[in-house]
Amino acid sequence: MSKDNQILEEFTSKEYEHGWSVNYEADEAPIGLNEDIIKWISAKKEEPQWLLDWRLKAFRHWQEMTEPEWANVTYPKIDLQALRYYSAPKQAKKPKSLDEIDPELLQIYERLGISLNEQKRLQGIAVDAVLDSVSVGTTFKETLSKLGIIFCSFSEAVQEHPELVKKYLGSVVPMTDNYYAALNSAVFSDGSFCYIPSGVRCPMELSTYFRINAANTGQFERTLIVAEDDSYVSYLEGCTAPQRDENQLHAAVVEIYAAKNAEVKYSTVQNWFPGDKEGKGGIYNFVTKRGICAGDNSKISWTQVETGSAVTWKYPSCILKGDNSVGEFYSVAVTNNYQQADTGTKMIHIGKNTKSRIVSKGISAGKSQNSYRGQVQVMKRATNARNFSQCDSLLMGDKCGAHTFPYIDIQNSTAMVEHEATTSKIGEDQLFYCNQRGISTEDAVALIVNGYAKEVLNQLPMEFAVEAQKLLALTLEGSVG
Amino acid sequence: MLTIKNLHASIEGNPILKGINLEVKAGEVHAIMGPNGSGKSTLASVLAGREEYEITEGEVLFKNKDLLDLAPEDRAREGVFLAFQYPVEIPGVSTTNFLRTAVNQVREYRGQEPLDAVKFLSVMKEKMKLVEIDQKLLSRSLNEGFSGGEKKRNEIFQMAMLEPTLSILDETDSGLDIDALRIVSNGVNKLKSAETATIVVTHYQRLLEYIVPDFVHVLYNGRIVKSGTKELALELEEKGYDWIKEEANAASV
Ligand SMILES: Nc1ncnc2c1ncn2[C@@H]1O[C@H](COP(=O)(O)OP(=O)(O)OP(=O)(O)O)[C@@H](O)[C@H]1O
Ligand SMILES: [Mg+2]
Repeated sequence: MSKDNQILEEFTSKEYEHGWSVNYEADEAPIGLNEDIIKWISAKKEEPQWLLDWRLKAFRHWQEMTEPEWANVTYPKIDLQALRYYSAPKQAKKPKSLDEIDPELLQIYERLGISLNEQKRLQGIAVDAVLDSVSVGTTFKETLSKLGIIFCSFSEAVQEHPELVKKYLGSVVPMTDNYYAALNSAVFSDGSFCYIPSGVRCPMELSTYFRINAANTGQFERTLIVAEDDSYVSYLEGCTAPQRDENQLHAAVVEIYAAKNAEVKYSTVQNWFPGDKEGKGGIYNFVTKRGICAGDNSKISWTQVETGSAVTWKYPSCILKGDNSVGEFYSVAVTNNYQQADTGTKMIHIGKNTKSRIVSKGISAGKSQNSYRGQVQVMKRATNARNFSQCDSLLMGDKCGAHTFPYIDIQNSTAMVEHEATTSKIGEDQLFYCNQRGISTEDAVALIVNGYAKEVLNQLPMEFAVEAQKLLALTLEGSVG
Repeated sequence: MLTIKNLHASIEGNPILKGINLEVKAGEVHAIMGPNGSGKSTLASVLAGREEYEITEGEVLFKNKDLLDLAPEDRAREGVFLAFQYPVEIPGVSTTNFLRTAVNQVREYRGQEPLDAVKFLSVMKEKMKLVEIDQKLLSRSLNEGFSGGEKKRNEIFQMAMLEPTLSILDETDSGLDIDALRIVSNGVNKLKSAETATIVVTHYQRLLEYIVPDFVHVLYNGRIVKSGTKELALELEEKGYDWIKEEANAASV
């Protein structure tokens, strides 16, 4: 036992890999938050009046709201007036194509290992890259548009497809939904928009890469995915941020709409800066993600690998409205040092024969706190609803914590809801066994953790799964002596 | 190859090994027998580098290196292999994946190129035959839900893959059925060479009919109290340990 502790004392965490920042000239809103700022943002983006009105309505509503405190996380109050709500790299003119993007910006992405150059992309992954408040470019647009697929930045969608944006914006996450969603609705700057028409199977992974670069700037992106009848899309989201002493706020909203027989797979590998070993700095990640299975037989599947952020507050959810619709949530959340994560899901069964599956794997190391919070709700009309939840926690050392908060609310007696939970420790026996075969402790931890998280990692598209495995190993590097 | 001199080890302040002396030369097979709780597994663990044990006295030389000075993974890379009495389960990690990591780390230490997937699989195929292990077992999570016998067979399969110079088999025979015992023992015998040595810990003479020892030692109360040739194992089988205990207790008064 004392050995366990001693091993953990030798904890030396690897530095965050993406902690660099780049100086570029930026187009910035003044610091602070008020109606003028919102008008400024909206004007900057040349938005239609209805959208400005929508923002202002959200803002007025938000002013009446108070910050939620029910999550199992603690952090100093964020001074929202001290933040900047818009920062965009200055480009001489709006790039019409990828070739016109400032090479310096492209380099930022090259450095992150993401090439926006279509020729260089190895295989079919279309990328939309968002830097601070704006999208800097989207790849493979033409290929996709031939199929009628729209994949572009949110701002562009507002200009080019206002009717679609107007129809779906706020339809899954109402502007009044919660404190951060309301804030996002008021000040959101950019994000991705994705529309798959009826009967189309999107032939490549669509992916958005978010990068915060500017200091003291909140990132409030908005993602909207609409999958029409009989369509399919797999969407990926990745995130990094520079290493800064101050905390930075990230409050995104993601909405997914799945029509009849449509299937949407949404995968995230979240690697925001988690703060340093002493818990200084890091991103506050307060995100609202929700999907609605509006049509019969539709399916929405969330997969998330959460390794970054100082504080994470995130519950990707599914509203299972269509009969026979399916919601899935697969999650690996790793916390190390002083990170805090309160994450989970909500499955709301409304339609008949709806099914949901929750697989949550928490990994806590250092002095971190890791909570799973999940809600399964079965409404009156939802005959034969099924839910299976598996919530596992893996502890590394005895200074960290794992918590599980399952809420179950059943209003239809035909429902079958199963919940399983386990807590385990990386055993010294396991480590010694690996060591005895010549495997270093570091690699043994990676092996054991990846084995533990396998069920979730298997849900990720191949290329992402490899990334995610490396990231898990990296996050926990040095977590056992 | 291995020299153990006056080795004392304790756990949580309880002395378990109380002065072990043993010399193992290349090409030899040593059997260690002894009553339950006498310290056989402790000795094996200490040699493999389990950190819970505190070495209070003595030294161990392996290929003229101070073994006790090496980290457990380096001992393994130097060629010490322990077939565990109770193999550990690692959920979600297949034996194949586990071994690929192990083999390549060992190879790296020994200055050899890592094996690519194709090469690795062909080596695996070859070694699988040696212990007649089923491919299906190897793609399942390591030891998870394995039967007792399957675990033991898997240990020897790993030994075959890692090509150790000193193998310590801790009660590998327990849990094996009659046929498996023969198959696994044959495997061990095929892996033997003039450059390697084997220490087998067992309670039963039966194993020693297959893996014939050059020396048999009796461990009792943390000490080797009697050593002999394979005939000693037969004698123990017949008479039990009481006479040894009596002799040892008389001697230590
Ligand atoms: N943490 C501990 N504290 C006290 N005694 C311990 C501890 N761990 C092991 N022991 C004791 O050390 C002694 C030696 O154990 P060991 O496993 O080496 O025996 P063994 O000879 O392998 O026995 P068996 O034949 O049953 O496998 C036992 O009496 C055991 O109870
Ligand atoms: Mg034993």
